[in-house]
Amino acid sequence: MGTAIPFIVFTVLWGGVGIGLPFVVPKGPNRGIIQVILILTAATCWLFWLCCYLAQLNPLIGPRLNRHAILLMAREWGNEIK
Amino acid sequence: MGSLFRSEEMTLCQLFLQSEAAYACVSELGELGLVQFRDLNPDVNAFQRKFVNEVRRCDEMERKLRYLEKEIKKDGIPMLDTGENPEAPQPREMIDLEATFEKLENELREVNQNAEALKRNFLELTELKQILRKTQVFFDEHEGGVNPTESMTRALISDDSIARQGNLGSVQLGLPEKTYETEEFFPCFVAGVILRERIPAFERMLWRACRGNVFLRQAEIETPLEDPSTVRMKKFFKFDYVYICFRATLYPCPEAPADRREMAMGVMTRIEDLNTVLGQTQDHRHRVLVAAAKNIKNWFVKVRKIKAIYHTLNLFNLDVTQKCLIAECWVPVLDIENIQLALRRGTERSGSSVPPILNRMETCEDPPTYNHTNKFTAAFQALIDSYGIASYREMNPAPYTIITFPFLFAIMFGDAGHGLLMTLFGMWMILKEKPLAAKKIDSEIWNIFFGGRYIIFLMGAFSMYTGLMYNDIFSKSFNIFGSSWKVNVNASVIYEEKELTLNPSTADYSGSPYTFGLDPVWQLSKNKIIFQNAYKMKISIIFGVFHMLFGVILSLFNHMYFKNKINIICEFIPQLIFLCFLFLYMVLLMFIKWLMYYATDNKSEETYSPHCAPSILISFINMVLFKEPNHIEHCDDYMYSGEMGIERFLVIIALICVPWMLLAKPIYVMRNQKKMNYVVSHEQMNAATENGDAEQPVHNNAIHRAEGGHGSHAEEDLSEMFIHQGIHTIEYVLGSVSHTASYLRLWALSLAHAQLSEVLWQMILSKGLKVEGFEGGIALYIIFSIWATLTIAILVLMEGLSAFLHTLRLHWVEFQSKFYSGTGHGFQPFSFETILDSATQTADE
Repeated sequence: MGTAIPFIVFTVLWGGVGIGLPFVVPKGPNRGIIQVILILTAATCWLFWLCCYLAQLNPLIGPRLNRHAILLMAREWGNEIK
Repeated sequence: MGSLFRSEEMTLCQLFLQSEAAYACVSELGELGLVQFRDLNPDVNAFQRKFVNEVRRCDEMERKLRYLEKEIKKDGIPMLDTGENPEAPQPREMIDLEATFEKLENELREVNQNAEALKRNFLELTELKQILRKTQVFFDEHEGGVNPTESMTRALISDDSIARQGNLGSVQLGLPEKTYETEEFFPCFVAGVILRERIPAFERMLWRACRGNVFLRQAEIETPLEDPSTVRMKKFFKFDYVYICFRATLYPCPEAPADRREMAMGVMTRIEDLNTVLGQTQDHRHRVLVAAAKNIKNWFVKVRKIKAIYHTLNLFNLDVTQKCLIAECWVPVLDIENIQLALRRGTERSGSSVPPILNRMETCEDPPTYNHTNKFTAAFQALIDSYGIASYREMNPAPYTIITFPFLFAIMFGDAGHGLLMTLFGMWMILKEKPLAAKKIDSEIWNIFFGGRYIIFLMGAFSMYTGLMYNDIFSKSFNIFGSSWKVNVNASVIYEEKELTLNPSTADYSGSPYTFGLDPVWQLSKNKIIFQNAYKMKISIIFGVFHMLFGVILSLFNHMYFKNKINIICEFIPQLIFLCFLFLYMVLLMFIKWLMYYATDNKSEETYSPHCAPSILISFINMVLFKEPNHIEHCDDYMYSGEMGIERFLVIIALICVPWMLLAKPIYVMRNQKKMNYVVSHEQMNAATENGDAEQPVHNNAIHRAEGGHGSHAEEDLSEMFIHQGIHTIEYVLGSVSHTASYLRLWALSLAHAQLSEVLWQMILSKGLKVEGFEGGIALYIIFSIWATLTIAILVLMEGLSAFLHTLRLHWVEFQSKFYSGTGHGFQPFSFETILDSATQTADE
């Protein structure tokens, strides 16, 4: 379930920008342009996020770390080495 | 106001203007700037047109204004530029203007002439004054001795002593004048002023000319003298006898001391008088120029407007009655109202009673392309226009470019730190827009940056987003959401192993990825490049395919707008199928690979384990070549069941699309033509039988000839169409492959950018951070400044430029080739604004 929450959050967020906001753009000569800008921004940013998320969802390789980095990771990011 | 998606609808109009009202109407249209006039007398020489005289008068006025401007600049008087835009004056005001300029010019010329004469006078007097002062020294020495020889010796001795003392190097020479036969001879003196650089030559020449019988004594005039034309240092010299003139100015130099004193007094008073007069002249000149400087910009605008109006009037045709001018012009349909209003205003201003008539005309010519832009969209439109101006009413890529351009740039430039710098620069230019624009900085590079300020801002903003996604901030990562990787080892393992690889199938990986962007652990890892390459190559292809697909879909809107059904069926649909069935399918495979394969130690799930995960590129190549994939032990050959069948089907359909694109359209057109021919010949037969026999041969022949001509023309058309379609198809099919590969530049550049910034960090800044103690502060100060300079110069400016150019290419070639023909010609409205802008620009150069 933990994997689904960020997906829902970002999809709703960018969906709001790309689908919701275009409806509330004020009328004017530039309405069409602003709608296109919003839709394209949302689509590209969402897809970019999605690709990044999916690429890491099921990692096939793990990071190779040197001793220094491992000790630091253990200290700073929790799971102290016993 | 139309939108930017397509160019404005244009129409050709005919304009009838009353002769008296023409000037005022054209002036109003110039202020409006929405009308492009056509030249109706292209065969008439520029010198034979109706308003040539007026144009010439304007040229003359402009020349006078330029002269005035030059004089104002010479005196360094600030020119008042209020930025106001005066309306074009009435034709009758032209005479007033001319008179004003004439008066000003004459006055100025006279003042200048006077000043020059006075200055020359002043110079002469100053030189004389200096001579008198310098000669005094010489004469003082001279009058001491009764015997000329003695005096001469003394002079020589004094000269020697002076030379020995190394004093100023001034030389005194006496020359016995040959013509003086009397024993009581006294050398004759001449004094004058010569340019300093001519002295050595002059001296030598004198020496030779007088066969050595010359004394030359020179003294420098320390105060620089102002020549009316140039300012040079002059030297004072004094000599006895001269045969040659070295452009030296000679002055009378009385020998008697009393005379000299008197003369000196006279010179002094004259100089003083002259100074007063000169001061008054300068004051007068200054007053005239200051008064002119207040108005000169205004006058320039007025004169240039008049000239532009008469130029335009020269394009018009005269009506037979000579009472009416006829113009033809391209006009945006939506703005016809505005133009009518402007014409009415013009008529009212001129006091004419007959309103101008604006008639729409039918034409088969291609109308010009006109896109309404504002300051935000103008820069993006300029990017598109520099490739080629859109054909009339074609889909304009500019509105989509507003986002896709900065975004593709950002994929290559992904670093939040560098993006932030760029955003701040863009934001500064946008916030200070008005003062910066008013400054009118001439530097070309600055103008490029300033013109593209909105592009720069957006590029920076998107780079920040992609930078956060790549988790690169000056090549370092943030750990905001908590890494999903953990170290689960004992201390003993760490001290044994130098390096350790975390295993994604164990508790090392938490199971859910880092929420936003790449996990910060990759920045620390040794195999970061391997992971990032796989990721970045995939996103390059994914975004490339979607970008191209978007372009193909835009072509559908073009075909639909131009009601080109045959193009939809014979071009759009096969193109879409080809792209989707091959390349979109490859993108799909990427997503499948991401979702299906995972790290596992479980034997029963081995088919989904990393070592069974196929390379997408290899499986795509196998698919196209109908090759069986290499079998790996314990793995399935295919990613999902039935994959082989589906892939075969997709490839075959895609291959069918090629002849479809190549042949369908020409064959359709050919059959249509045959049908037409058939109908024509049938009608002809019928006609022949209906008419009498006698008429038949003639009739038949006539039609036959006509048809024959038509037939050969059609054949040519057809073969041309085959060739055209062939080229188009080859371009598209090969292009799909090469363009997809071309999008890999997104990966390559982003990799290069990340690596460069990492190198800069490791080689420079981290070195500074390692120095300890108080020296560390100093070292860091210096090293940081080096790092910052290199970051801006190389990573932001140079890398930014290269990423910009690659993005431009991706848009021009990969994106626009799918739908954009760009064969239109731009709308060049008659507008005072552009005319004045270009005039000031050429004047500044």
